[in-house]
Amino acid sequence: MEIGKVTIADVQDALRARRISARELTEEALRTAREENPKTNAYLLLAEDRALQAADAVDAALGRGEDPGPLAGVPVAVKDNIVTRGVRTTCGSRLLEKFVPPYDATAVERLERAGAIVLGKTNCDEFAMGSSNENSAFGPVRNPVAPDRVPGGSSGGSAAAVAQGTAVAALGSDTGGSIRQPASFCGVVGLSPTYGRVSRYGLVAFASSLDRIGPLTRTVRDAALLLQAIAGRDERDSTSSSAPVPDYTAAMTGEARGLRIGVPREFFEGLTPETAAQMEKARTLLASLGCELREISLPHTPYAIPCYYIVCTAEASSNLARYDGVRYTWRAPQAETLAEMYAMTRGQGFGAECKRRIMLGTYVLSAGYYDAYYLKAQKVRTLITRDFLNAFGQVDAIATPVSPFPAFRLGEKLDDPLQMYLSDIFTITASLAGLPALSVPCGRTPDGLPVGLQLIGPHFGEPVLFRLGEAFERAGGGSL
Amino acid sequence: MKITEQEVRHVAALAHLELSGEELHRMTRELDEILAHMDRLRELDTDSVEPMAQVLFPGAENSTLREDEPREPLSHEDAMANAPAAGAGHFKVPRVIER
Repeated sequence: MEIGKVTIADVQDALRARRISARELTEEALRTAREENPKTNAYLLLAEDRALQAADAVDAALGRGEDPGPLAGVPVAVKDNIVTRGVRTTCGSRLLEKFVPPYDATAVERLERAGAIVLGKTNCDEFAMGSSNENSAFGPVRNPVAPDRVPGGSSGGSAAAVAQGTAVAALGSDTGGSIRQPASFCGVVGLSPTYGRVSRYGLVAFASSLDRIGPLTRTVRDAALLLQAIAGRDERDSTSSSAPVPDYTAAMTGEARGLRIGVPREFFEGLTPETAAQMEKARTLLASLGCELREISLPHTPYAIPCYYIVCTAEASSNLARYDGVRYTWRAPQAETLAEMYAMTRGQGFGAECKRRIMLGTYVLSAGYYDAYYLKAQKVRTLITRDFLNAFGQVDAIATPVSPFPAFRLGEKLDDPLQMYLSDIFTITASLAGLPALSVPCGRTPDGLPVGLQLIGPHFGEPVLFRLGEAFERAGGGSL
Repeated sequence: MKITEQEVRHVAALAHLELSGEELHRMTRELDEILAHMDRLRELDTDSVEPMAQVLFPGAENSTLREDEPREPLSHEDAMANAPAAGAGHFKVPRVIER
């Protein structure tokens, strides 16, 4: 079985028809990952023992004639900021190089309960802060489609593993676009679910009012199946929603006729010509599916970058305060006093981008600047959210590019943090508003670089995104 | 100038973050540029706008309260397992009070 080509349904058919055992499949997946990983550095660790144990449990269930679960035997890669009991979880940081969590994230627990096999942990920007995966302490990830280019970030390892074929699906996390942008750069599907749809318990906190866990997969259907397994209220995350989880596969009717799609004019400025050309093809395809395209305006979009980078850095500076040399594995050896222990551990342990964000966040929260920056940003966040709520009075979903440009070269934007921040322009508005957003492949540029179409839905509007995304995919959206 | 090196040094102290002289210099330049960009928010009149601290869902139940029932906590041993220095069931830190 070719791990690099199969979908979740293929794995289910093969297992249930006994063409292959879960153990054989897992061994094959581990072998593929071991052989192929040096090309991309997508995995930081392969959890061989845990994976084989889980596989044996699936085989045992099948042997007893029991249902091994909807994701039985599916090799899944998990971003390394999602904790796994007994399996090292580094968040791409030197500070956590030896951190072995004492518990599992709820999303991981639910994946395994559904029969999935956690194959390993994937590389990411340090504490999920970055848009290129170049901020990992353990080396950048290369884009499997174009090895001299970045895979996007911060869930770059998860996107690369799925694109490279060393996992069938992956979990990532998305704070400002960290699932959607790498999915678009690597040519796979990525979903940032509604805020609160998936428990954040066990997701190492970056910006708690924005962080989400979501799937990266080869098909829209697989993203729906993964979300089905991990969504729903969790008492251990008070911000997780108790809204009922619908049957996502039932939403995928194969057609999208009559759906009203908003096309916000602010999202079509500053695109490279290649990305603009793919978006034009996407519009034509959506129209040919019977969707009604309406030009709309989300007027506060130009303020989203400053708003986002104030809110997220403020929350990050608070969340990252816990890495102080007391509880988490690493302490600067030279420190002699308590104050030195804090400052040196953090100064030597964090990479440049984390330091920059801690500094920005501390500054915007500090006495004298709180009102001008943090409170102001929270008010602008209300305005950005209102733009969307108004729009969803007239349309069922919104279609935009995921990124103004396709994957850029390694090192290209590394020395200009503001330019890197500005590249998140199209993903962060939905993040601020807590809306679900799906990135689906939208063909390639003449140079062969993948482009992604972003579909944004109303709160808990995942069903319409799956319906639309699957119809788009089925109509050939991926090879436009 | 939005921010001076002096202020950056103060913020680093607030954040308990040791920065080298070179880092301090670079950080000042970068923060200055980023903060100048953030000033765009001043263009908006937000006097009558409520701040949004978290995502709230219209119409969806978001109950955060549950029965206060005792449950098995993380074991002491597990909680301490990642400590860089521990002993006798406690985290160890450099001496704070002189004898």
